[in-house]
Amino acid sequence: MNQQATVAVEKGEARPKSRPLTGNEAIARGAWEAGVKVAAAYPGTPSTEIMETLGRYPAADLHAQWSTNEKTALDVAIGASFSGVRALASMKHVGLNVAADALMSFSYIGVNGGLVIAVCDDPGIHSSQNEQDSRIFAGFARVPVLEPADGQEALEYTRIAFDMSEEFDTPVMVRATTRLSHTRSTVTPGERIEVAPRPFTESPAKNVMIPAHARLRHPEVLKREDMLKEALSKSPLNRIDPGEGRVGVITAGMAYGYVRETLRNVPVLKLAASYPLAEDLVRDFAEGLDRIIVVEELEPVIENALLVMGLPAEGKAFFPRMGEFSPEVIRDGFARAGLIEARSGDRPYNVAPMPRPPVLCAGCPHTSCFMALRALDARVAGDIGCYTLSVVEPLKSMDTCVSMGSSIANAVGMAKAGTHTKPIIATIGDSTFLHSGIPPLIDAVYNNADITVFLLDNHITAMTGGQDHPATGKTLRGEDTARVDFEKLIRALGVEFVEVTDSYDMASMYRTLREAVDHKGVSVVISNRPCVLDPVKIKGPPMVVDQSKCVACQSCMNLGCPALTWSSEYFEGRHKVAIDPQACIGCTLCAQVCSSDSIVPAKA
Amino acid sequence: MSEAMERPKNVLIVGVGGQGVIMVSKVLAQLSLNHGHDVKQSEVHGMAKRGGGVFSHVRFGPEVWSPTIAEGEADVVVALEWAEGLRWINYLNPETGTFIADCQRIVPPFACRNRFRGGEAAYAPETPEEIMEQVHAGYVLDATGMAERLGNLRAANTVLLGALSTALDFPEDDWLEVIGHFVPPNTIDINIAGFREGREWALAGNKRVAENAAGLHQSHVVIHQDRVTTTVEITEEWCKGCDICVKLCPERCLRLNDRLVAELALPDLCTGCRMCEWLCPDFAIAITNTPVREAAE
Repeated sequence: MNQQATVAVEKGEARPKSRPLTGNEAIARGAWEAGVKVAAAYPGTPSTEIMETLGRYPAADLHAQWSTNEKTALDVAIGASFSGVRALASMKHVGLNVAADALMSFSYIGVNGGLVIAVCDDPGIHSSQNEQDSRIFAGFARVPVLEPADGQEALEYTRIAFDMSEEFDTPVMVRATTRLSHTRSTVTPGERIEVAPRPFTESPAKNVMIPAHARLRHPEVLKREDMLKEALSKSPLNRIDPGEGRVGVITAGMAYGYVRETLRNVPVLKLAASYPLAEDLVRDFAEGLDRIIVVEELEPVIENALLVMGLPAEGKAFFPRMGEFSPEVIRDGFARAGLIEARSGDRPYNVAPMPRPPVLCAGCPHTSCFMALRALDARVAGDIGCYTLSVVEPLKSMDTCVSMGSSIANAVGMAKAGTHTKPIIATIGDSTFLHSGIPPLIDAVYNNADITVFLLDNHITAMTGGQDHPATGKTLRGEDTARVDFEKLIRALGVEFVEVTDSYDMASMYRTLREAVDHKGVSVVISNRPCVLDPVKIKGPPMVVDQSKCVACQSCMNLGCPALTWSSEYFEGRHKVAIDPQACIGCTLCAQVCSSDSIVPAKA
Repeated sequence: MSEAMERPKNVLIVGVGGQGVIMVSKVLAQLSLNHGHDVKQSEVHGMAKRGGGVFSHVRFGPEVWSPTIAEGEADVVVALEWAEGLRWINYLNPETGTFIADCQRIVPPFACRNRFRGGEAAYAPETPEEIMEQVHAGYVLDATGMAERLGNLRAANTVLLGALSTALDFPEDDWLEVIGHFVPPNTIDINIAGFREGREWALAGNKRVAENAAGLHQSHVVIHQDRVTTTVEITEEWCKGCDICVKLCPERCLRLNDRLVAELALPDLCTGCRMCEWLCPDFAIAITNTPVREAAE
């Protein structure tokens, strides 16, 4: 394997230029060092910071961009690869589902310039709709998947992935997990190498996947798998920690750190890649061992491959197939496997934890939208974004949420089912609408579905921390660009009822929604106010509750606004409400719902 | 190298989204790196940002493997908010750990759900004194108040860093140098002053509790309120189905029935607040709250 660009840094050596980098920053650094020329992504936790970081490297070095969705991002990267430069697409695990169509075909085609896909899984579901294991996708698509265990490896594996991609004519996946992506660890960066662009290869038999060509490419893919198995068996990226005894551990990625934290003096094989399996290396390691314990986060990918090889592998009998690993989980697993003593389950402090679920921010423009929806008593097909938080009390007004862009087509299906007496409303954010909401809206118009689409336009991709998108008029690097006009776009799709409302005007929002619901056929209401956090943090003069007037009715508390809490005063035995002036941005929604006119702007 | 020397230091920093948990942990990570340690600092973004609980594990030493601290193994827990500190207190090493907490309370709306007469916030009922009795070492200080008096609420984090500095072995000047890199230039003086105040406060005695941490007692002072039973009477003949009571009931327990007459659909949720009675333009709703006579003991 081509290792020219690799400088191995042993733990414990002097590291003059070391600095703490997150896994995402290290992946970006590795791509930059490898000479990447084009990089594209759609934001998604925990992968977002990869592209944000790449966007801070010099524009002369590479073009980095937000794409409308993950498939588009991968297709952009594929185009760059066709044109002979190194390219990267980054995404979260469920983003790979969106990009899968392109990935499956491109696996047959192979690369011209090296192409790397950085995929961040989310074991434990910190901020996702599932915890699927992307390594299975790698095997499905027959592309190798490298699994770094810390920041230094994230950098080096990403850099080497480009070499591997070109050497074996394959896209290469680098799999991170939330814990790697968002852990800072000591990293020694290297220098960027400039890679001369390769000429475009005019080879339709390789680059145009018609059945006749694809049939000839499939055997190449299988041959490539064998070559990769052999090369990975010899790769110095694998790591063997010697130990004693006849029990060995095979692991990969973040699980390695927990294994090393827990066990000393047990032989450990840390695989650089979970797919394809470095079979020769594994066989050598297994020689003389009675038991092989596989420690891998989520699905038994390595374990199953070992079992197919006929090796005495055990793993998921001791370690969970779901949730995130931690030192505790690994200890419990090794205890179940009989390698160490079980830890005591004693908890010395007996403290009842207070629930503190995530909530919409103070002044969030989504708040009024879901207050109005709840009052309408509608059947609400939701989508993915901050506004999914409206599923819980007190806003509690979302009935379904499946995946990015699902809401509108879900609503079409609900309407066509003909079983609902309530109005059917789809809610979708601006960024999600651009990601995958436009084709279903066309579908709704085309099939004349009697639904209302509520486009929650807060002018940013908020959930992932405030990224620009095609309707903000700014690129990843902050340059001015064309801006999608939602109203014009939606009218152009054939929607006749399109109204824009102010998210800070409860009454008009409610009235507009009622009119939209009364409209037969597709109606669209656009709520229009910027996110209070991004691109600029909004802070207006706060509101204050006149304690002498408050009747403790709790109407304002139904907003779920984190600036509202209980004061120490009572009215008829119920707490009056107080407003935290630090948190309040002065959106006035609480004053609009106040039944006793007791909420007013604070005097300066 | 002995096992004790090899063992990394574990510091868990917790708080509420937006308080600066990540800034505090970045300062510690950079400081440890400057001192030649291997460092891992682990946090989770995403949903946590939206006012939920935020945590950051910082581990440093000659060699650090796991990015997270196991339960019962934190050398220090630093809490930027009181109840968040209690949420994570079982991560503290019960024999040797130090518990450092700001006494400020951030009571989320979610904790204010019991709206019945006499209902109280579901906030941590433990007092600072009760917690200090149980930990090996600890401080409950009014970092937010100290920072406010210095002129910038945001400096509460550096006050806590000052207290944290007494539990770790780095020289004071090295702390201040790193802090200087992480705070806005025009706030350096306030942050240095905050750090020193926090440090001196902690040096003045173990298990010290700020006097105004008494505010934390409020949470379990039960102000006695007579319990009541509520009856809702709706005069059907007078109701014209205008929907006002249904839309404005804070507990959302009313609805219009098939004949478009208001009715109490979810009586268990009714708190007897009388909003519907006051708002009904036709005087069709009457609420009666009758005090419950406690059974004789």
